[in-house]
Amino acid sequence: MADVVAIGEEHAAGGLNIHPMDQFIIYPLFGDGGVGMFTVTNATLWMAIIVLCVVLLLITGMRGRNVVPSRAQSIAELAYGFVYKMIEDVSGKEGLRYFPYIMTLFMFITLANFLALIPASFSVTAHIAVTAVLALAVFVTVTVLGFVKNGASFLGLFWVSSAPLVLRPILAVIELISYFVRPVSHSIRLAGNIMAGHAVLKVFAGFAGALGLFAFIPVLAITAIYALEVLVAFIQAYVFTILTCVYLKDALHPHH
Amino acid sequence: METEEILVAPGGELVEIVEVPQGAEAVGMPQLDFSTYPNQIFWLIVALVAIYLILSRVALPRIGAVLAERQGSITNDIASAEELKLKAHQSEAAYDKALADARAEAGRIVAENKAEMQAQIQAAMERADADIAEQSAESEARINEIRAGAMDAVQEVARDTAIAIVAAFGGRDDTAQVHAAVDDRLKGAER
Repeated sequence: MADVVAIGEEHAAGGLNIHPMDQFIIYPLFGDGGVGMFTVTNATLWMAIIVLCVVLLLITGMRGRNVVPSRAQSIAELAYGFVYKMIEDVSGKEGLRYFPYIMTLFMFITLANFLALIPASFSVTAHIAVTAVLALAVFVTVTVLGFVKNGASFLGLFWVSSAPLVLRPILAVIELISYFVRPVSHSIRLAGNIMAGHAVLKVFAGFAGALGLFAFIPVLAITAIYALEVLVAFIQAYVFTILTCVYLKDALHPHH
Repeated sequence: METEEILVAPGGELVEIVEVPQGAEAVGMPQLDFSTYPNQIFWLIVALVAIYLILSRVALPRIGAVLAERQGSITNDIASAEELKLKAHQSEAAYDKALADARAEAGRIVAENKAEMQAQIQAAMERADADIAEQSAESEARINEIRAGAMDAVQEVARDTAIAIVAAFGGRDDTAQVHAAVDDRLKGAER
């Protein structure tokens, strides 16, 4: 955020010309019109690439169906086993009914995060609109599921029966607030991490352009940050998925 | 994108932009440009539904089947290995048993042969003993016979000598009396 102001100043002074947020602009791929609901934009393109990658990895990669897997098949099986085991460990056996749903989220976010690391690509998950929809989908699903599975006793989630009776109403208010903050933190954590990382990369790239001979310093910094971003790309997808599993567990077993 | 717009910077202050160069230069955060939201949300839902259908219809059942198959074949392999191990143990036990049986059989045969040989030796020795006893009895008989013959010869010679002596002394030729006297004396010597 400070970048924005600082860059505005630099821009006015005519010095550094860094636009770290430009990479997040959404524009129509065809024509110059505005961005309507059904316009094919760069976001559309990269989401399509994500879907394509899912097909390539999980269908084309599994084409052999070998008992001894090929490389692509190993990756597909690894992703499958990773999410499957996560749901089993965190949400329990009943959670496995929602495996395709959680796998969809995991594959989408992981691939979006990694594809965004390709230079000149577009980061879908850096957009709060995208992550908010993902998080709200989880929130709504889990809440509806909680009431369908447990009826009114789902509200027991907010009534901490292990606490002293006097504290319970206060805790109930806190639990209620924290419950409704879940989608906010869930979505902003992902978008914020991805956006910040990419903006920092762009800022350092701008420095490299301005420093001439000393450009190797920001280039080294970019290399280091890029490595960190690779880590963040996976960790954020993992965090998003595991939190989904935790919320799912709360819906299936609301009692602490 | 509008050429003139007012954006709310994340810091909260209003930033007024007079000229936004046409093309792509973001002012503030493009993430907060609400005009793109319907578009993003629409395409996101399309992408998610597509991925969900791909995963739930094709990809996940297929991967699950492959993993189950592998698990199955691993389990089978382990089971058959277990079975083979059991068989090996059984064969070993059978081998050991056969070996023990063979040893026992050999022991039995050895003992049998020994007993038989013992019996044969016993029999041979008995036979030899019997032969020896027989021969010694025979020898004894012959010795007795010879001794008896010698006695008779002595008696004969004694009688003849006694008769000759009696005749030389001019006694009466009373043969019967002489014989009786000689026999009497011989019996006394034998005694």
